[in-house]
Amino acid sequence: MALFENANYDFIKWRWHAIALSAIVIIAGFAYGIQRGIPLGIDFSGGTILVVKFEQPVTDDQVRGAIASVTAENVIQTYGDPAQNQKLIRIPQLVVEEGGALDQNARAVVDGLTKANIGKFEVISQELVGPVIGADLQRKGIYATLASIVGITIYIGLRFRFAFAIGAIAATLHDVLVTIAFLFFFGYDLSLNVVAAILTITGYSVNDTIVIFDRVRENLRTKRRDSLEKVVNESVNQTLSRTIITAGTTFLAVLALYLFGGEVLEAFAFTMLVGIISGTYSTIFIAASIAIILGNKQAKGRTASSRKAS
Amino acid sequence: MAKNLRWKVLFILVVVGLAVWSFYPPDQKVRLGLDLKGGVHLVLRVQTDDALKLETQTTADRLAEQLKTGKIPVGGVIVNNATSFTVNGVPPDQDAAFRNLLTEVEVNYERSTGSGGSYTFSLRPNIVVQLREDTVNQALQTIERRVNELGVAEPIVARHSAADQILVQLPGVTDVGRAKEIIRSTAQLELKQVEQGPFSDENAARAALGGNVPPDMQLLPGTIEAGPGQPASTGYYVVRRVPAVTGRDLRNARPTLDENNRPAVSFSLNQEGARKFGNFTQANIGRQLGIVLDNRVQSAPVIQSRIDDEGRITGNFTNQEAQDLSLKLRSGALPANLTYLEERTVGPSLGADSVRAGVMSAAGGLLMVTLFMLFYYRLAGFNALISIAINLIMLLGLMAYAGATMTLPGIAGFILTIGMGVDSNVLIFERIKEELRTAKGVKQAVAAGFDRVLLTILDTHVASLISAAFLFNFGTGPIRGFALTLTIGLLANVFTAYFVSRTMFELTLSRRQVAKLSI
Repeated sequence: MALFENANYDFIKWRWHAIALSAIVIIAGFAYGIQRGIPLGIDFSGGTILVVKFEQPVTDDQVRGAIASVTAENVIQTYGDPAQNQKLIRIPQLVVEEGGALDQNARAVVDGLTKANIGKFEVISQELVGPVIGADLQRKGIYATLASIVGITIYIGLRFRFAFAIGAIAATLHDVLVTIAFLFFFGYDLSLNVVAAILTITGYSVNDTIVIFDRVRENLRTKRRDSLEKVVNESVNQTLSRTIITAGTTFLAVLALYLFGGEVLEAFAFTMLVGIISGTYSTIFIAASIAIILGNKQAKGRTASSRKAS
Repeated sequence: MAKNLRWKVLFILVVVGLAVWSFYPPDQKVRLGLDLKGGVHLVLRVQTDDALKLETQTTADRLAEQLKTGKIPVGGVIVNNATSFTVNGVPPDQDAAFRNLLTEVEVNYERSTGSGGSYTFSLRPNIVVQLREDTVNQALQTIERRVNELGVAEPIVARHSAADQILVQLPGVTDVGRAKEIIRSTAQLELKQVEQGPFSDENAARAALGGNVPPDMQLLPGTIEAGPGQPASTGYYVVRRVPAVTGRDLRNARPTLDENNRPAVSFSLNQEGARKFGNFTQANIGRQLGIVLDNRVQSAPVIQSRIDDEGRITGNFTNQEAQDLSLKLRSGALPANLTYLEERTVGPSLGADSVRAGVMSAAGGLLMVTLFMLFYYRLAGFNALISIAINLIMLLGLMAYAGATMTLPGIAGFILTIGMGVDSNVLIFERIKEELRTAKGVKQAVAAGFDRVLLTILDTHVASLISAAFLFNFGTGPIRGFALTLTIGLLANVFTAYFVSRTMFELTLSRRQVAKLSI
């Protein structure tokens, strides 16, 4: 059985359309995100999250009413299977008076719930992040993502032509930005797990790109006469079934994670799913296009300078 | 079967055997992270300024004492801030004598001369760094001792990212409040001489001193025992600033009962402490001894006779409090205050839910991939599945061997490893298909497929390893677990996708003449 046997699509023809489409998605996503306020998870913004298991079913409004005295700025969600009566309560980093303890807000929430008399409950998980740690993680997250991108660029630059390295990195950056745009659209918080998924995407996305570039390098050796466009297009087509199948299988595996992985991993799995689709798309349309655009410029530069010399 | 093929198969079997041996039985050999097992993750900051303050205060006190005994009248010794103090009004004719006293002080402090016989001493910058470093290390060791005494299995106490931060992870702890209290309380025990008191409030104490607390005295809050059966009240004591004995001279502390059968803590002193305490109690029979814990007078018994190496701390303790206090005293005082920067608690039930969800999604992922591979690649798909299974076995084995912790994101790492494993296999199979189309023999097509793809596989894996390395560097706890799983999975994958899968192809092809490959 074979998919895309002898595929011969003219992907390169569509490169400008593809770049424009990606730009629209990214710009729209970020405009939306910035307009609504970038939703930082408590890992980065600091704050308190409690997961509370009630003995009897309660509504979000009951919980909200119970903790109204602590802060009106809260997020209440059902956590996990609704039959389990679990609620997630998130409150932002409230100003803690001098000498106040980190768990001051969490205790106030528990007090509020006890006083509201909405049945017995148990705090099954509690996350308190102070502002120092949040700022620290923010810095580190940005640093790690950038460093990882630079590291990969250097590696590809060493193993392939420079133009290819730029193409690969443009594709990787593209995937990171598109993924973040989708996170904004779907209202996911940027949390530690999400950043971990984004970093994984940088590695995964470049995987696909390398497979195509490897093939381009091989084909450039055997078909020296053809134009770069033609060789690249042929290489994309030759590896197309592989690209689609691997993306498909990884997608299936992560889909299982999204469906069964529970509340904690949902955002992680969602980020990976978007990243995988974007990674495949960018491999086919973005990486190769940019490599061609830059590669041709280099070639033109070379012919121009050789003409001058003669 | 060719001889060299036999060796390859044997090698693979040995690797699988070793891996299984190192993780079997998994419930004992594979460590679960906090998010799966339940427990608490804490990040604390050591207030290293406290240690600097203490050093400066002690040095200033000692110098003042020396000036007194050396009969050099000065205007005053004033502590300016955590790192500097000033001596005012040194008489010009005593200047040389004053300077002679400074040898000890100037080891750590830089002297600058002001006008009118005033000298300011500032802590040298390298000593500041040193002191901060020592303080954090001391705090780390103290916390380690306390955590060990708590009896938590596999705790982690380590330096965290910033210089003054300490990470504490206590798996399986349910009483988080108690654990936090034990870790954080300073537990500084001091035995001080009570000069006056107790007074019912601070103003009364000040009035008794004529309004001013002398520099060698201190006003401390404390408990006033009202006699058996009566509730104790809070009041103030005037005590000497310099303690007779401190917690550093403790040999042991254990919970006990006082004469009224209430929980109390008894302590014993080491040789040095016993000598100091013996002399002190002998010289002060009939006066009150202040037992001061974290700057609060716990009790102030009257010294009846010379006591050498035993003492008892009484107060309104519950059994648990007496136990915890002796634990804290045994493990020593913290050199500085601690504040909590981050706290994450996972209840055991939530952890168990996560394990279930993780296993379920891994199984689901494997199943979906299996169905697809068998459907699309037929027999070769079976080949891929075996190499992925071996990959996962190796991953578990290596993780158990390295003592790595399995976290929920780590399970995601397993699932991604499945994805990556399929990726490499698909890359190889598609290449073999292409080679078959150019009408070579089956054996040659397989060999060419593997050879051509090796470099690509190496390139893709190196790129993924680079991002995994930064991920490891970035994250703590669960994220590290994920990065580590991913790294080991990638390394194992190079072996299984290339070597194991190829050996299986060769094995099939060596048995019989194959005209058409089921791929």
